[in-house]
Amino acid sequence: MDEMLREYAPILMFLAVAIGLGLVLILAAVVLAVRNPDPEKVSAYECGFNAFDDARMKFDVRFYLVSILFIIFDLEIAFLFPWAVAFKDISMVGFWSMMVFLAVLTIGFAYEWKKGALEWQ
Amino acid sequence: MATDLTLILPEVFMACFAMLGLILAVYTSKDGMASQLVWATSAVFLVMAIWIGTTGEGTNVAFDGMFVDDAFSRFCKVAILLSAAAILLMSEGYMADRGILRFEYPMLIVLAVVGMMMMVSAGDLMSLYMGLELQSLALYVVASLRRDSVKSTEAGLKYFVLGALSSGLLLYGASLVYGYSGTTLFSGIIQTAKSGDMSLGLLFGLVFLAAGFAFKVSAVPFHMWTPDVYEGSPTPITAFFATAPKLAAMALFARVMHDAFGSAVRDWQQIIAFLSVLSMFLGAVAAIGQTNIKRLMAFSSIAHMGYALMGLAAGTVLGVQAMLVYMAIYVTMNVGTFAFILMMQRDGQPVTDIASLNLYARREPGRALAMLVLLFSLAGVPPMLGFFGKLYVLRAAYDAGLIWLAVAGVIASVIGAFYYLRIVFFMYFGDETDEVMTGSKSPILSGFLMASATIMVVGIVNMFGIEGAAAFAATALVN
Repeated sequence: MDEMLREYAPILMFLAVAIGLGLVLILAAVVLAVRNPDPEKVSAYECGFNAFDDARMKFDVRFYLVSILFIIFDLEIAFLFPWAVAFKDISMVGFWSMMVFLAVLTIGFAYEWKKGALEWQ
Repeated sequence: MATDLTLILPEVFMACFAMLGLILAVYTSKDGMASQLVWATSAVFLVMAIWIGTTGEGTNVAFDGMFVDDAFSRFCKVAILLSAAAILLMSEGYMADRGILRFEYPMLIVLAVVGMMMMVSAGDLMSLYMGLELQSLALYVVASLRRDSVKSTEAGLKYFVLGALSSGLLLYGASLVYGYSGTTLFSGIIQTAKSGDMSLGLLFGLVFLAAGFAFKVSAVPFHMWTPDVYEGSPTPITAFFATAPKLAAMALFARVMHDAFGSAVRDWQQIIAFLSVLSMFLGAVAAIGQTNIKRLMAFSSIAHMGYALMGLAAGTVLGVQAMLVYMAIYVTMNVGTFAFILMMQRDGQPVTDIASLNLYARREPGRALAMLVLLFSLAGVPPMLGFFGKLYVLRAAYDAGLIWLAVAGVIASVIGAFYYLRIVFFMYFGDETDEVMTGSKSPILSGFLMASATIMVVGIVNMFGIEGAAAFAATALVN
């Protein structure tokens, strides 16, 4: 048990240093910084203009759809690479498993397309 | 490979059905065929339940032990499929009236059910997680099916965030278990997890896994999502949440505890007993102040999970059998109760206020009587089936030497009886109010309400033979 715990000593030291350094930097700002606020300083800064509107904007949900699609197909590639590299060594089961996986993804994509989720008027 | 595939044929068939239905509907009349899809899905569920219930023998494993097909998984699958079919049939009219019957709804339910079937058959931490996520992701979406309602979307989001948190806990536990036992297979973990000298890391893994499952079965102190999600979701979805997923999660809990940690019963017994006693008391006490019947049912389900966990805490064959019997009775009661809640409406608008039930018995004596039977059964009043479910788990806990837990269960059940009986009081002796409800005339909902109430009374003769099947299933799991 002790032997195994000792193997984790570096990560413990790293954690201690990381937390310690983080605390020191934050506290240094509190202790050392000169604070002299005026209305111009504390107002929102937007490239020299006055702020146009609230920082919390509503985004079109389609942005999320596109980003989700991107992640799905990105992951698909991540799965395809090792599969392709090891193509010689995998059996027919491995080949057909990937085909089934791609078919399922395609069905989802076809559904999304036909549902009109990708149309931006 | 071919034999592996024959074992998971029901799951493969249902997954293909979901994808086919989705594509068929989206390329033809879209939501126009939602009703037909709901009916077809219920028919598929019924056929699958008959198929799984009548075929399959002994214990078989597929994919090198990742998938287990035994009497326990078959019992749970049949119960899951039947309850899901019942809820789908009940929801069709309600959702069509409110304009939220989309064709994705039955297909998402199919995917959730495939996930649940995967969960109860899991023989490996990876197939466990896959089933759990398939189920959960489908459920997050259906929780926010009513997209234009703030409450429904809030329910979906809350369920998603807390579900993701619980999945994280579970995965952390799984990684610890893998790290300290060197395998993700349950049959391998049980070799290293011996009672008494379990390594500290494995113990931590067990604790995190148990916390993740406690989230999924909504056991206290991991229950906080339940009332909000139950209240915000459309009522048919709430009915679904309260039945099949609870049963599947409880079965998964039992499967992991016995299959992977079966030789360390003493170690997890105390965790589950703790969850059980807290759930029973919180469910009983917190429901007292509720005025919304859906919130009340959420606390009621938390309390019922406490009793089911009591069976599991026994850690014996009788305990698992009691848990299965209890869950089967609980699901049947909830189907009937939610059929009643789905019928509650005023001028075509659904109402969930308990006060609207005032003097309901004068207007609809038949339905009020059926609801009275169900509420007595939920409370565990002796002549009803619900009492025998409680008796079973109490006996299992007593036989396993957990006498304090059994006593706590009896006390909590007495406290809990108050809020069920309060609804009965409103229905029979309440005040005259203007805000009365006019029940819907749906024959399907009335049918399910009456059938469920009849089962609660007639079932006491022999429980429809469910005891024997549950005993068989429990023996297959615990050995």
